[in-house]
Amino acid sequence: MTTANTERGTDLVKRGLAEMLKGGVIMDVVNAEQAKIAEEAGAVSVMALERVPADIRATGGVARMADPAKVREIIDAVSIPVMAKSRIGHFVEAQVLQSLGVDYIDESEVLTPVDDNHIDKWNFTVPFVCGAKDLGEAVRRIGEGAAMIRTKGEPGTGNVVEAVKHMRLMNKQIRELAVMDENELMGAAKELRAPYHLLREIAETGKLPVVNFAAGGIATPADAALMMQLGCDGVFVGSGIFKSGDPSERARAIVEATTFYQDAAKVAKVSAGLGEAMVGINIDTLAPADRMQDRGL
Amino acid sequence: MKVGALALQGDFREHLAMLASLGVQGVEVRTPEELAAVDALIIPGGESTTIGKLADLYGLIDPIRRRVAEGMPILGTCAGMIFLASGTTGPDQPQLAVLDVVVERNAFGRQVESFEADLAIAGRDEPVHAVFIRAPWIHKTGAAVEVLASVVDPANGEDRPVVVRQGNILATSFHPELIGETWIHELLVEAVAAG
Repeated sequence: MTTANTERGTDLVKRGLAEMLKGGVIMDVVNAEQAKIAEEAGAVSVMALERVPADIRATGGVARMADPAKVREIIDAVSIPVMAKSRIGHFVEAQVLQSLGVDYIDESEVLTPVDDNHIDKWNFTVPFVCGAKDLGEAVRRIGEGAAMIRTKGEPGTGNVVEAVKHMRLMNKQIRELAVMDENELMGAAKELRAPYHLLREIAETGKLPVVNFAAGGIATPADAALMMQLGCDGVFVGSGIFKSGDPSERARAIVEATTFYQDAAKVAKVSAGLGEAMVGINIDTLAPADRMQDRGL
Repeated sequence: MKVGALALQGDFREHLAMLASLGVQGVEVRTPEELAAVDALIIPGGESTTIGKLADLYGLIDPIRRRVAEGMPILGTCAGMIFLASGTTGPDQPQLAVLDVVVERNAFGRQVESFEADLAIAGRDEPVHAVFIRAPWIHKTGAAVEVLASVVDPANGEDRPVVVRQGNILATSFHPELIGETWIHELLVEAVAAG
């Protein structure tokens, strides 16, 4: 018995990995030790980074792809899939990350963009996840080959308000699309500045053709459960875990709250006595230049 | 007939959709109480370490083992196969140890090596389409395990099982649920009907 017509890097294979991450938590880690803590806590994947978004925000300057030695160290430390971030438009960073064997690339607004154009993601075997604030951004990214979408939120703030805003807007726009007639769909394509054929598919199915996670500002188990109840397929937690008082306990609690997001008693139980959450930032106090969500539209 | 899908993490909704397409009632299972109410169980694709840890934490491992020992049909795909198995070639992780096989996780390599292909299955005239995503294969098989499909290990030319059956326990390395292929779910439903 054997296989025939073997194909790698297809839409199905790329989008399929994201399907397997659903209902799970993807955690930012900066070294092998944190990666092991995340895996032990039940993370479905880790995001290998040089610095978490809160530190990128604090340090300033140009934020780039992580050192390949660091990415390798993290890949070698865990059995779960490893993601890593490239700068928006920096297709060579993406080529490097693919050659290192990362399982997903996040073309991320958390790093400093290098181009108004995003990466042509169809050119890669490795799948990409991209951030979006609304349906237009999500569909443009899917049109460029993204196999998974996440809300942008406002990274490194510990404030979930922007992620909520982005998820609500996307849900609303999908609902509006679903009741449009043929004449209105092209108008929607014009307004959303998004490919017509994808909008038409979304209008028919009532959902994005790829998995959609929450990201940006999630800091507590209740934040994770909130995003799940709003219809996200899973959550990314960036600075929220390793910038908190007890990362291991908080990581485990967020994993449990993501599974039992409809069970308030369980969310209460895992939230009790967790120690200090990361210090948050009010979005209104951010200067326009510090709003990462406005990068890479 | 009521079939449960273990809904701790992973693509359990796709499995429930497969059941619905067969006209079978499917329910999400997260607790021992929910487990007690089903006639069969599906362990979905997902991350086997996450599913195993949550199953352990929420006291599901022993109740599932008891039900399987009493003959409850059970199906695992990908992570589900790993969770059913008695061991892995890597570090220890929580497993049900009801299927007498040792699995090798990520046997084909990392995500860039994930693939789709047509696969011949014993007892079926036509090959099935199969999507392997960071998939395991079976490294070692116990005597009671029937191999329904294998792939060839490029390293040594040996056959590595990817679909197996041990009585009412069914497992695949790949994801029939992602492409609407119901053949393995039909076998599960037949096992419930026969029981």
